Amino acid sequence: MEVTTKSMPYEAFKDNEYIEKLVDELRASGTNIVVGSLDKLINWGRSNSIWPLTFATSCCGIEFVSLGAARFDMARFGWEVARSSPRQADFMMVAGTIVHRMVPVFRRLYDQLAEPKYVIACGSCAISGGPFLKSYHVAKGIEDIVPVDVFVPGCPPRPEAMIYGIMQLSRKIKVERFFGGVNRKQKQEEFLAAHPVEGVKD
Amino acid sequence: MANITKKIRTLFPQATFEGDENKPLVVIPNAQWHELAKALRNDPEMAMDYLVTIVGMDWTENLGCIYYLMNSVTDEVVGVKVLAEGTRQQPVIDSVADLWPVAVTYEREVYDFFGIIFLNNPDMRRLFLNIDWVGYPLRKDYDANPAINPVSTESERQTDFTDVYTRNEKGEVVKNEVRVFQKDDFVVNIGPQHPATHGVLRFRTAVDGETIKKIDVYMGYIHRGVEKLCEDLMYPQTLHYMDRLDYFSAHNYHHALCMIIEKAAGIEISRRAQVIRVMMDELSRIASHCLFIGTYCMDLGATTMLFYTLRVREQILDIMEKTCGARMTFNYDCIGGVMQDLAPDFVADVKALLEVLPKNIKEYNEVFTGNVIAKNRMEGVGVLSKEDAIAYGVTGPSGRASGWACDMRKHMPYSIYSELDFEEVLATEGDSMARFKCRLREIEESAKILAQLVDNIPDGEYCVKVPKMLKLPAGSWFQITEGCRGAFGLYLESDGSPKPFRLKIAPPCLPQAAAVDHITRGQKIADLITIGGSLDYIVPDIDR
Amino acid sequence: MQDLSFITEWIDSSLRALMPGWLTVTVECLLIGVGLLLVYALLALFYIYYERKVCAAFQCRLGPNRVGPWGLLQSFADMFKMLIKEIIHLNHIDRFLFALAPYLVIIASMLAFAVLPWGNGIQIINFNIGIFFLIAVSSIGVLGILLAGWSSNNKYTLIGSLRSGAQMVSYELSIGLSVITMVCLAGTMSVEGIVAEQQDLWFIFKGHIPAIIAFVIYMIAGTAETNRGPFDLPEAESELTAGYHTEYSGMHFGFFYLAEYLNLFIVSGVAALLFFGGWMPLHIPGWEAFNYIMDYIPSVVWFVGKAIVLSFIIIWFKWTFPRLRIDQLLALEWKYLLPINLVNLVLMVLIIVFNWHF
Repeated sequence: MEVTTKSMPYEAFKDNEYIEKLVDELRASGTNIVVGSLDKLINWGRSNSIWPLTFATSCCGIEFVSLGAARFDMARFGWEVARSSPRQADFMMVAGTIVHRMVPVFRRLYDQLAEPKYVIACGSCAISGGPFLKSYHVAKGIEDIVPVDVFVPGCPPRPEAMIYGIMQLSRKIKVERFFGGVNRKQKQEEFLAAHPVEGVKD
Repeated sequence: MANITKKIRTLFPQATFEGDENKPLVVIPNAQWHELAKALRNDPEMAMDYLVTIVGMDWTENLGCIYYLMNSVTDEVVGVKVLAEGTRQQPVIDSVADLWPVAVTYEREVYDFFGIIFLNNPDMRRLFLNIDWVGYPLRKDYDANPAINPVSTESERQTDFTDVYTRNEKGEVVKNEVRVFQKDDFVVNIGPQHPATHGVLRFRTAVDGETIKKIDVYMGYIHRGVEKLCEDLMYPQTLHYMDRLDYFSAHNYHHALCMIIEKAAGIEISRRAQVIRVMMDELSRIASHCLFIGTYCMDLGATTMLFYTLRVREQILDIMEKTCGARMTFNYDCIGGVMQDLAPDFVADVKALLEVLPKNIKEYNEVFTGNVIAKNRMEGVGVLSKEDAIAYGVTGPSGRASGWACDMRKHMPYSIYSELDFEEVLATEGDSMARFKCRLREIEESAKILAQLVDNIPDGEYCVKVPKMLKLPAGSWFQITEGCRGAFGLYLESDGSPKPFRLKIAPPCLPQAAAVDHITRGQKIADLITIGGSLDYIVPDIDR
Repeated sequence: MQDLSFITEWIDSSLRALMPGWLTVTVECLLIGVGLLLVYALLALFYIYYERKVCAAFQCRLGPNRVGPWGLLQSFADMFKMLIKEIIHLNHIDRFLFALAPYLVIIASMLAFAVLPWGNGIQIINFNIGIFFLIAVSSIGVLGILLAGWSSNNKYTLIGSLRSGAQMVSYELSIGLSVITMVCLAGTMSVEGIVAEQQDLWFIFKGHIPAIIAFVIYMIAGTAETNRGPFDLPEAESELTAGYHTEYSGMHFGFFYLAEYLNLFIVSGVAALLFFGGWMPLHIPGWEAFNYIMDYIPSVVWFVGKAIVLSFIIIWFKWTFPRLRIDQLLALEWKYLLPINLVNLVLMVLIIVFNWHF
């Protein structure tokens, strides 16, 4: 039984309208050469060194373990330094369902991450609630709780999909700006202002 | 079975019997329940020492529980149906926590879902849901409006007290508050976000220096309400949740649910489908135990082992992927057989796996089991006696490591297991090392089963025709199978509609998590990780 | 063996010709400081890369290979990122001690660099109690770890730092005793003197049985001193999240991270100094031609090379063994290593007195 799938052409992996739009948006205002090159250096560092937080709630977490294992080896990209302390991690792979009881914990974890911080919603549960959409105890996607940078669909996504998702995040970081200018941070601040943690005055 | 029924009849004339003759359900009013439970537990002729599960029920006109009890020696199962006393606002049943320690957790679960109060249960808090949760979700009249229980980012309210309900002299139910920990205990919060809890489990640990005094296990950080969701779906649709409970036993759980539905609907499946199912079960058992060895060693600090064991797991996943089309959530077993036929190179792949397996197990033993540090870390740590294993309902390899012969494939044979030649792996030490070794040996036993079947896959259809709109006759069914982590119970009640009236999942991991407090007392903090790892619970399986 | 001290002497004399004496000393100190920082950073980055690659090899993986050729620039990317990562300011902590702790740790390992014999004539300070100074300053590190754990106001860090305190204080004894064993053989505490003593034969061969015992004990205790697996209890990832530095972020965490690798270098460097002749090339008595060829390899390469090979052993430990429990860890030290060490010291003294060494 030969399995034939019409796969995506390789070039298409690099084709990403969203990022191109973002780049155009950023370039529109122009930039100083010194600041620009410094930004490049910083972004090179940041985009090549994204350390995950060991955070997994269910099935996707096991695929994340597979991602670290020898076959998929995320160490190739320098992502293997999984930190258990949110203070030292760069991004959070939300691998698994987030339920009501987990929401405050999850939000606190996000708040504990040190800037710059990113979130990848991994798997359909994190994106929308997935197969548990109708449940009384499942948050319908994490978008209402934290700002999300990349969505990786699947149930659970294959490790290759996760690699692609993190690479997409890496590309996104590359076009950011550290010194001034429009950037993701602003959007993030807007989001956080619109979604304050109840009961906490900061 | 018949003499037990007779005995109950003579001792408790109030008891009535429901269901078929062979496996009747004893129905007893709450007033006699505790007496009956005591008799069932302590009477040498019955000696029902293992409480399989407590199924909370809401028959709209009244609430109640169905207790499934088992004799650990004769493997006889008794179901007892107890109707709750009191109003719907405050239904009451007597607790049996004094007879079976695991009942503390099971009763908390029923209380959480149905609001049934268990008198004299020492710890009557909600188990999975927040302390401030409004309503009891598994009741039929539960209002699922999200505005009542909104998603909140505010930290959930915590309390140091637990409730104990008792009856006073006048017969009224009164609530007493009891401290969970002593006043000056140093409580360390381990989890829910912690690398060693295998997911999102939370231990509130009272420590004295490095020594553990008490652990309060908090669950529900991944409670997804699968049981309630199933009540809203057609039978074939309920299957796919089984993949997502214990995601390592996806095939086994699927198999169990398919079997109970087929039994209820009277569907006979082909021999080929049965063999395929059993082979898939055993393959997932190997994959699951491999991952256990890896993560367990990683918990103990030997990270490298994880990579060696995942190598075998990847090989198994490849075999599965070729046939099922997925790496983890296969959704392969379906009512009437399996989804699609085996991949053409399945047999060759399984043979290749069987060839490398012994070499790998030898390597694991060389790298880890024989290591002096590993021995010191595991031997004599977290000893669980046979009696305690039964009382706490710790089944699976963890229970067998304590000497309790509880392999449901042997003791309640289902599918084609009775024809197969394999050994039930038993140990007597009951410590972490024994639990570890039991799993290693189970890999070998599973390989033995695979070797028997791989050349004998019969021809035939892989799936029989089943009506799309499957309706089950009214009635109830209970089935125990062996998942990768222990006895997996399923209770299905149908009212004749195409949707289940109640589907109760009795996971093997919940009692294991409940036993953590008992096993870890007096051990070091580092031992908590050893013990937790060796019990090998999967948190979505606990929480469902 | 080429003496490289002419470089330092030339710098010194030319500077003295240009400016007054006090200024010369100041400028030299600055130069050394800058040089040290540079070496320090580069070594740490190399070690991070090295460990990741070695670990990958043990685990049948490839390790970093995307950033730069063979992934060589991976740790540079990590450093750039860490430098500009936010340093989180926490409430309810002892701010002063919290900020001080990472500097204490990094200073401790930096001071130890001052006495390492980098090469023939390249040593920052050379005085007669060099090895004593080394042991003294490397103990400052534990203070930093204790402070970090205490000031974070977090139960995990507290447990981590207390474990660390118990562990370091115990294993310092073993390190000290095995060092004393070797100092007995050398007859001097000066680092230069110890290296010079090994001109003909490295101590591990010269002292034979007691030297080998001392070496094994030193490696075990050294692994414990650097908080690395199987003795990584203070930061036991699966038990205490990140141990004493759980609350640290950004470059403060970076200091702990770098210090771990530098301590690894220092421990293996000292092992190289005490047992494998420091920068001294491999000399075998009688093999004149061989010795002559060995002399052509620069002394710096000898020293750094030895240190890297020895650290490979320590990395090997980490990726092979499971972690010990705290009581087992202390039992190992007090019940086994310490008595063996004391007996070994007596044995060494006997060997020296009766001149039984080679």
